[in-house]
Amino acid sequence: MNEFFAEYPLVFTMATTLAKIVLFTHIGLILAAYMPWVERKVSAWMQDRVGPNRVGYAGLGQPIADALKFIFKEDPVPGHVDKVLFTLAPALTVIPAILVLAVVPFAPAVSLFGQTAQMAIADLSVGILFVFAFSSLAVYGITLAGWASNSKYPLIGGVRSAAQMVSYELCLGLSVVGVFMAAQTLRLTDIVELQVDGYWNMFTQPIGFLVFVIAAFAETNRLPFDLPEAETELVAGYHTEYGSMKFAMFFAGEYMAMFVFSCLVAVLFMGGWDVPFMSNESFAALGNWGAALGFVAFLTKVLLFLFFYVWVRFTIPRFKFDQLMHLGWKVLIPLSLLNILWAGLWNMPS
Amino acid sequence: MAKVVDRRKLNFWEELYLPAIASGMKRTFAQMFKPAITLQYPEQRPEIFDDYRGAPGLVRDQDGREKCVSCQLCEYICPPRAIVIVPGEAPDQPDYDYSEIEKAPKEFYIDMLRCIYCGYCEEICPEQAIFMTDLYELNAGSRQELVHDKAKLYDVGGLRVDAIQKWKDKNASPGSEERKNVPPSGNPGDGAH
Ligand code: SF4
Ligand code: SF4
Repeated sequence: MNEFFAEYPLVFTMATTLAKIVLFTHIGLILAAYMPWVERKVSAWMQDRVGPNRVGYAGLGQPIADALKFIFKEDPVPGHVDKVLFTLAPALTVIPAILVLAVVPFAPAVSLFGQTAQMAIADLSVGILFVFAFSSLAVYGITLAGWASNSKYPLIGGVRSAAQMVSYELCLGLSVVGVFMAAQTLRLTDIVELQVDGYWNMFTQPIGFLVFVIAAFAETNRLPFDLPEAETELVAGYHTEYGSMKFAMFFAGEYMAMFVFSCLVAVLFMGGWDVPFMSNESFAALGNWGAALGFVAFLTKVLLFLFFYVWVRFTIPRFKFDQLMHLGWKVLIPLSLLNILWAGLWNMPS
Repeated sequence: MAKVVDRRKLNFWEELYLPAIASGMKRTFAQMFKPAITLQYPEQRPEIFDDYRGAPGLVRDQDGREKCVSCQLCEYICPPRAIVIVPGEAPDQPDYDYSEIEKAPKEFYIDMLRCIYCGYCEEICPEQAIFMTDLYELNAGSRQELVHDKAKLYDVGGLRVDAIQKWKDKNASPGSEERKNVPPSGNPGDGAH
């Protein structure tokens, strides 16, 4: 095996890449399927309720039952919609979220058969630009859904989402500038490795971290920024007209986006696969066990942040639209600029 | 005149909102570890109190006799007009003297899709023949099934042993023989008016 792969490294790369694609997207998809369960359970606990507990142990079969229900439901397409865009929109919210997973480094490099495999599907040198390029495509899905539905509530939801995502994209982008300044690279694996040896960015750049987290909530349309859906005022916002599997796609898209942003927070600010008091050498010394440990550490951080998402959702009420815009343009953007200044001072060559 | 409400000026920390959010998050987190108060419904049942206003039903008295005299007052009072009564003659029963009762419902329908559980029927019934029961689970495969007919209504109401047993000693009470021969106009008890 070793000689074969040494002779044909391309085969090794292809095989591992395929394995990584299958593995990582499924981690994402399974988490996206089980997040609603987590969300319902956590919200239930916070509200002194029990949550789903009928299907399977502790209601763990609930996502499967829900999926089956979605699949077997009639798929109604109202007569007044733009059929092409209406069908395209749900896919457009899911696909960008899944694509972004491609650059997320899940663990330290693994060595197999005398070769090393990076634990990101594609360890691009422009990783974070790729992330922003694709994650901002998600707004098309939502806006098109609102537009194609050809009725009031979805349209308002779509317009809001466009305004919201465009404004928060800005502070999202600005808040990570500090991270690049510190790391002097855009490659996510390198950013993580720097944090493993140094400090986590959330401690060196608390303001940037705060801005990124807030913007991540806004980008994923989660409470307190779920204005595009806003059940209480817009029925269901952009997906009012959707049913069955198309609706489930929006749902999956939202949870995939949450997962992706949790990964990004972990990678950019919480040291990725880092475990406190471990350095790159100690990870390397542990070999593949180090990679496994890093993988577990990374997933733990992601899960913690996903929990945080849910926790915030059931604590903070929704913003008003003007408050949202005020916060985005007048508070977060100056703050992220301040963070850039701070990062510059912190990393000044002495 | 517009009234000016003085708003307290928020200080710097309050304007940041973050401390408030943090304390809110602390609250919700603490709440997670409190016991749930959920009732696991089909297995656990809520306690139903005596004067609960569930589905109305017709009741029989302690001897299993039909109490309703088909006076149609409930039909008249019912706000959503859920009740429809087809009056008929009271049947002759050898073991029970129906001589003072001329009417009994031939058909008695309550449309449970119209009923608003107001309890007026129970309040107005002069014979205490219709009661709000503790039945709160109504479901059916069709709208027609939810129009309770007489049989169903007696099923729902069942037997009710009241403190006042109006007919029990009626035949034995003084003057019962005379009353039987009086034409049914006017109420002998109302003589004082
Ligand atoms: S409870 Fe009210 S609405 Fe229902 S049948 Fe009686 S009078 Fe009619
Ligand atoms: S239930 Fe009572 S009020 Fe209604 S018709 Fe019978 S006796 Fe009269």
